[in-house]
Amino acid sequence: MSRLIILTVATLVALGAGSSEVLAAGPDLGAVQRQPLNWTAIIMFLLFVLGTLGITYRAAAQTKSAADFYAAGGGITGFQNGLAIAGDYMSAASFLGISGLVFASGFDGLIYSIGFLVGWPIVLFLIAERLRNLGKFTFSDVASFRLDQTQIRILSAVGTLVVVAFYLIAQMVGAGKLIELLFGLDYLYAVVIVGVLMIVYVAFGGMKATTWVQIIKACLLLAGATLMSLIVLWRFGFSPEAMFAEAVRTHPKGDAIMAPGALVADPVSAISLGLALMFGTAGLPHILMRFFTVSDAQAARKSVFYATGFIAYFYILTFIIGFGAITFLMNDPGFFKLGAGGAYDKVKDILGGTNMAAIHLANATGGSLFLGFISAVAFATILAVVAGLTLSGASAVSHDLYAEVIARGRVSEQKEVRISKISAIVIGIVAIVLGYIFENQNVAFMVGLAFAVAASCNFPVLLMSVLWKGTTTRGALVGGLLGLISAVTMVVLSKAVWVQTFGFARELFPYDNPAIFSMPIAFLGIWTFSKLDASNRAKDEVAAFDAQYIRSETGIGAAAAHVH
Amino acid sequence: MAAQDYNQLLRSPQFQELVRQRSKFAWTLSIAMLVIYFGFILLVAFAKPLLATKVGDGVTSLGIILGLSVILSAFVLTGIYVQRANSRFDELTRHLTREIM
Repeated sequence: MSRLIILTVATLVALGAGSSEVLAAGPDLGAVQRQPLNWTAIIMFLLFVLGTLGITYRAAAQTKSAADFYAAGGGITGFQNGLAIAGDYMSAASFLGISGLVFASGFDGLIYSIGFLVGWPIVLFLIAERLRNLGKFTFSDVASFRLDQTQIRILSAVGTLVVVAFYLIAQMVGAGKLIELLFGLDYLYAVVIVGVLMIVYVAFGGMKATTWVQIIKACLLLAGATLMSLIVLWRFGFSPEAMFAEAVRTHPKGDAIMAPGALVADPVSAISLGLALMFGTAGLPHILMRFFTVSDAQAARKSVFYATGFIAYFYILTFIIGFGAITFLMNDPGFFKLGAGGAYDKVKDILGGTNMAAIHLANATGGSLFLGFISAVAFATILAVVAGLTLSGASAVSHDLYAEVIARGRVSEQKEVRISKISAIVIGIVAIVLGYIFENQNVAFMVGLAFAVAASCNFPVLLMSVLWKGTTTRGALVGGLLGLISAVTMVVLSKAVWVQTFGFARELFPYDNPAIFSMPIAFLGIWTFSKLDASNRAKDEVAAFDAQYIRSETGIGAAAAHVH
Repeated sequence: MAAQDYNQLLRSPQFQELVRQRSKFAWTLSIAMLVIYFGFILLVAFAKPLLATKVGDGVTSLGIILGLSVILSAFVLTGIYVQRANSRFDELTRHLTREIM
């Protein structure tokens, strides 16, 4: 049962892909029945694409310097950035996956929304302001602030690219499956459309276009989910108790949906997952990058506050939508695959699998027009998330690897931005190819792995280099690598990969999520190898802490980074 | 800034006061969030019957109330931090910057 935890969480983010593995006896999304072309959805989606391409065109005209390209010139306000962060974070998977999980098991869905939310206060209290004060375009700027540029930039670029790669594959496969289901488009077309559009947004419009795509998508998603929740609550006279009572009467599990079920069975896995979700959020490169788009630490701080508010509100909506789906759909055979004599299982037989609960609810509450709108929003959501990931990966290649490591800082801004655009195109093409290759693979573990790597490599290196004076290059490098390697190894040896992907009989690592082991390994590694480092370079690095400390705490010396 | 300026700033009571107050506040709130979240997870893992307890006469369970409270607490904690930072910490920082400029 415990393997459900990582798989389910991964699915919540990586929607669709591998959901048949998630609920072992659950819905089968693997065998997708293609829908007829859904014209309302396609037209609404085309409107979204046209609007965002218009924004990209305008953004391209305004994007001249490297600061424009990577950080939207630092001209995004705290409120706008809060919406954009929420847009980056509220994936189609949180929307459809969590509401689907609530539909299938009630309370358990709430456990995951909470896990995804609680990382944000930590980001605010420990990371956001210091990051803005120290960095320029990527979190590597901060991690390598007083450490060796070459080694630490390579480490954080690798950490970035690993997280981006796994996240992106999961999103591409989920996107292809979802679009096939929603729009009736072929899987390959769907993946190519997503890939091409994200290349256009990122390569032409840079951070400015990507930010506005996120903001528009966040508004559409919040508006759609709000409307759906209001229609549901309206039916129950705005009494949640009446809604819960009706759901308990309707759901085959009855009163069990109001209490924790089988999802958190093994406390070690539960805590490990909690650690990965909480601290992984603070190590996701595409999220960290968003803090450089605002003018100062105060705006960075406000953006997390707004983002937390929007994300919390959104997760409460998904909870209402899940319960709404129970009450609106379960007694209507029109939403189910019917067996002999019209009999159906109220959970397993829902058309397209439980992840489609919110989509069917749109149909039940607002007819085909609302169904088209919500489908288009789901597509837009995927597009926005992959664009953010691509920009982050491209920046790691151009800003960290090319400009600082290969060219050793001797490169013109124009050349660096050009390299970044080329990287975005290459990443987009690679993502299309990988999306195609992995079509029928179990990719559900990949988002869990992305969070585990972010929590075990990016986060410890970032936090220690900023907060602990004694951190040296050798310590950060060895500790970060140990965290990265141990997280990846433990996931590979766990059931999700070792048994379900490679087909071995027994898993070699008993837990679903490595974070409870790999995070301490990383922190201990950084501490030990920094302590053992008696080199002259280490002495210089420790001595350089004071200047970094003043800037990270006060922002003195930081403001200039974005002003032209 | 030259090296002696750094040393001067580091030793200045205002700087030390700012850093001491803010890091104490930030770590207190971080620990509060950790305790709330992992407390909830441990209840889910070890005290399922408790979370299934009904609140009042209806079907709403203690688990749902607590779960929604955890979501709310995350937002409230960020609000508390931002409020204090916007007033107190920003003011201390402004004083400090003015002094060295």
